[in-house]
Amino acid sequence: MVVEKTNRVPIQTSEDVVRVRQAVRSDATTLGFNLVDQTKLVTAASEIARNTLDYGGGGDLRIDHVRLGNRKGLRLVFHDDGPGIPDINRALEDGFTTGGGLGLGLSGAKRLSSEFNIESTVGSGTTVTLVRWSK
Amino acid sequence: MDQIPIMKIGDCLLVSIQVDMHDRMAMTLQDDLTTRIVATRARGVMIDISTLEIVDSFIGRMLNNIAAMSRVLDAVTVVVGMRPAVAITLVELGLTLSGVKTALDVEKGLALIRRLIDDDGEDMSGRRED
Repeated sequence: MVVEKTNRVPIQTSEDVVRVRQAVRSDATTLGFNLVDQTKLVTAASEIARNTLDYGGGGDLRIDHVRLGNRKGLRLVFHDDGPGIPDINRALEDGFTTGGGLGLGLSGAKRLSSEFNIESTVGSGTTVTLVRWSK
Repeated sequence: MDQIPIMKIGDCLLVSIQVDMHDRMAMTLQDDLTTRIVATRARGVMIDISTLEIVDSFIGRMLNNIAAMSRVLDAVTVVVGMRPAVAITLVELGLTLSGVKTALDVEKGLALIRRLIDDDGEDMSGRRED
């Protein structure tokens, strides 16, 4: 996978979550994502950005424009230095929440992505990576 | 702008969400609507989301909450104007909005609210006759 361009968006306030949505939308449009693919990626980004803010205590998003052969896509890397997730498998279950939400954030974002990965260490932070390819 | 305006038309409240709401704004709207339902004795609430480019789980939860709260306050809520791409994404996200009534546009939404209020009235009179 070749990274052709990188943008960064800080995630410190709920207004920043809106900025994440706008940045991802703008980059997805640039890469020629169709409307449904754009909407899926922006929705997934919104879910994870909110987690970065609410559970991770804030962090940032790195947006990589990636290419694999002749496929183009976006790789979104959300990082925080928060408390980490003790049980990632549970956190990925539909309906599991520790924050009073619907528990669809992580599991839903995973379904909306082509590739999805979480790395988390208790006490030092969480990195969520998702990729979506444009058709 | 930090507040979504709520318009009153007859016994209905109309909200047209025209901005990409951050989470606090969504919570404020939920609180404002509940207060206005009581203050105006509204029987119907219509929420127009035709300009929303996404509905994530937070906004989905807000729509569910508004529908549930208005039900308790004797009003019906109808969400109108959801974009097709948003609908497709919502289902894949796992959000069913099972407690929320929907219509394609504002006109159909108003007709649905009218029908729901009228049905409610007939149920009540039926019960009284028994």
